[in-house]
Amino acid sequence: MDQKLKIELSKQGIVTTTLEELYNWGRKNSVWPMTFGLACCAIEMIATSMARYDLARFGAEVFRPSPRQADLMIVSGTVTKKMAPQVVRLYNQMAEPKYVIAMGACAISGGPFKQGYNVLKGIDRYIPVDVHIPGCPPRPEALIDAFMTLQKKIDEQALTGTGRPRHLVADAPSEFVVPRFGAHDLEPPKNPDVFHILNNDEPCSAGEVDARRD
Amino acid sequence: MLEEIKVRIESAVPGCQLEIIPNGSPSGQHSLLLDPPHALEVAKFLRDDPELRLDYCSNVTGVDWLDTEQSPGHLEAVYHLYSMEKKHGPIVLRMRTENRSDKVHLPSVTPIWRSAEFQEREIFDLYGIIFDGHPDLRRIMMWDEFEDHPMRKDYVEPDDYEYEPTPHDHVLTRAKEHVERNPQ
Repeated sequence: MDQKLKIELSKQGIVTTTLEELYNWGRKNSVWPMTFGLACCAIEMIATSMARYDLARFGAEVFRPSPRQADLMIVSGTVTKKMAPQVVRLYNQMAEPKYVIAMGACAISGGPFKQGYNVLKGIDRYIPVDVHIPGCPPRPEALIDAFMTLQKKIDEQALTGTGRPRHLVADAPSEFVVPRFGAHDLEPPKNPDVFHILNNDEPCSAGEVDARRD
Repeated sequence: MLEEIKVRIESAVPGCQLEIIPNGSPSGQHSLLLDPPHALEVAKFLRDDPELRLDYCSNVTGVDWLDTEQSPGHLEAVYHLYSMEKKHGPIVLRMRTENRSDKVHLPSVTPIWRSAEFQEREIFDLYGIIFDGHPDLRRIMMWDEFEDHPMRKDYVEPDDYEYEPTPHDHVLTRAKEHVERNPQ
């Protein structure tokens, strides 16, 4: 519908909308996170949900203790290799549509523990991440910003056409490989369906990052 | 202080071989090297002796000494003992294995100091010292299927250097090796 006409109608007291808009508006304002914390970032996540920062303003105050009822997984903290299979399994158990926020330096890359023998170099090696937030730990404002970014992302999702979200594509994967404990490392060490990298010597430029994100 | 304790232990536990390992740093925390066959008896003496009463084992750690031209390598367990009752400490104990590969057994002091239980498990996990007499010797940090000992100096971590946005030093070397091994 034409935006100008829509604004003109609303001035006359006539509200117009589309099913897509209504559906996304409802979804983005009732994203329920899972009760799930891994390390010190979890303390910031808890603080975000409490009175001072009040995540309830965004409709996300209901932390569900079951992956079956949750829409959002906030990976808050260091993912150790020993914990990674459980994290992926919890993600697999969530019902579509499901979203992931990788919170903090550890969850996005391994952070200060990156070269540690038992630290996963980012949870995006195994599951698709919607929003990455850096920080050690990120402040509650940063988590709220990530949350608003996710809301914007949900709001912009078209329900039909080629760009429609994964949960509306029948043959798109909803579950990902749960790594097994191997003799020297997790097997597989990464899921190439999720973790795409350019295999070259040069650190990639900002343009390449954007190109890959699109 | 440590010399006195050494003499007292030698009179209380006949036949034990003790050695004082000097520490040249300003803190001067010299340590006492125990011989594994008598270690449990010595530990019991240190805990129960009315003058020492070292009733608290605060820390247990491991050290990996690689083979050198002068001496063969060995693994070492280091114990820090305090006395809650007498308010003194620490007394540092060490025990050494015969080598780094097959003779890596040491007696566990968990029957004497319960607080050593998890830390000895940690040393077993990360250094590969096998503590005989430990009630529950399993891996604690790594998963049960894991075979390496990550804190050993010759541990080689898995080659997962495919994406290093800010490589430097050792990471740069490993990232280059990875690219050489996996050409585009």
